[in-house]
Amino acid sequence: MVENNSDVLLDMQDIHKEFDNKEVLKGVSISLHKGEVLVILGPSGCGKSTLLRCLNGLEKIQSGDIKFKDKSIVQKNTNWQEIREKIGMVFQNYELFPHMTVIENILLGPLKVQKRDKTEALTQAEELLDRVGLLDRKDSYPRQLSGGQKQRIAIVRALCMNPEVILFDEVTASLDPEVVREVLDVILGLAKNGMTMVIVTHEMGFAQSVADRVVFMDEGRICETSKPDEFFNNPRTERAQHFLNILQY
Amino acid sequence: MQNLGIRAMFEGKNFQRLFQGLFVTVEIAFISIIIASILGIIIGLSRTTKLKPILIINRLYLEMFRIIPTLVWLFIFYFGVTTALNVDISGKLISIIVFSLWGAAEMGDIVRGALQSLPRHQIESGKALGLSYFELYMYVLVPQAIRRMLPGTINLATRMIKTTSLVVLIGVIDVVKVGQQIIESSRFKFPTASFWVYAFIFVLYFIICYPLSVLSKRLETKWNA
Repeated sequence: MVENNSDVLLDMQDIHKEFDNKEVLKGVSISLHKGEVLVILGPSGCGKSTLLRCLNGLEKIQSGDIKFKDKSIVQKNTNWQEIREKIGMVFQNYELFPHMTVIENILLGPLKVQKRDKTEALTQAEELLDRVGLLDRKDSYPRQLSGGQKQRIAIVRALCMNPEVILFDEVTASLDPEVVREVLDVILGLAKNGMTMVIVTHEMGFAQSVADRVVFMDEGRICETSKPDEFFNNPRTERAQHFLNILQY
Repeated sequence: MQNLGIRAMFEGKNFQRLFQGLFVTVEIAFISIIIASILGIIIGLSRTTKLKPILIINRLYLEMFRIIPTLVWLFIFYFGVTTALNVDISGKLISIIVFSLWGAAEMGDIVRGALQSLPRHQIESGKALGLSYFELYMYVLVPQAIRRMLPGTINLATRMIKTTSLVVLIGVIDVVKVGQQIIESSRFKFPTASFWVYAFIFVLYFIICYPLSVLSKRLETKWNA
């Protein structure tokens, strides 16, 4: 990975965020480079999901700055609809639209938001579905799919917008253990193809293999940022050591 | 003697008159239901805002129509408002106005309930795709809400149809009133007419309301399939 400033896609500077006077992000600064896979780890309630949600405007920050391609996106006049086309997000509970078929779910953004040509968008959607092995389910409704299938569809839905970054918010947390792998494999495939991603996860093995950089958060602060091998074999901070110890059952 | 009573309905133009009365009932009910649905959706959408004044006005409006009986509303408009404004409005039009306002209040509550029952994450998921608020409501929230609104809406529609029987009290000649007239005029000739006339009116109401409940069952099974 090249450490070059012009490559910075998302730049977070001293982000503070509070809910009802309780501060959940206490000055978080980090930058995400093009093509980089950033994995955020940390105990529950450390603010990692909140940080992710701030990056596409689902939460407003109290102070600090977030720049997307050198342009601040926390201004009053920020056009979030435009930004969100570029910053995709996949949620823990898939959140497919239950009244639409798989293909309608995927094409809603490309056709209605991006106003793209239908045949062109459809071709891309089918290609992506094929890549995750679900082309034969394109006319199914979400309720007819398993959790793992739904989550793969949700990833395709985000991908079909051609985003520059995708945010993954604990995307395997609601899945049965036997289908976690099929979802993680899709994300790993994206990483290999150079997709820029920010991933919040509790799957340590996956984190180690997919991450370019690991960020460890606790109590609303970043405690440690390091290469994955370094972090998992040789955590620098006591908190990270403690966190990893608990997980090694 | 009972088989004589049924003949009251076929005396003169009685049968035809019953259907004319039925038409008035159906006309008031259906025009009101349509107006109520349109206004109700607007009211329901407006009740999802966080603006206090809008919420308070809506709340007052709904509670007023819930607390004050429909009959009283008919009187307020028919006798009160027309006198106060010194205008002459027919009983039928008054009925349509009152039933529309009542229906819109109830419908607004049904729409609000359906929208608010949708998981908050559906909104976020739509936003994350870059949908505008309008697109979010248009493609994601309202289509899902309509499915949840269906049972309440059908229930409201049948309630409105049945409650139209109150309009006789402000001088509108609906199917029930025609029935009464037939019974009165044939009191000596066919003493048991009342049984037959009311039985027939029962069947007429059933014929209007039943298709609605069949329709709602069909749609529910279709959407749950």
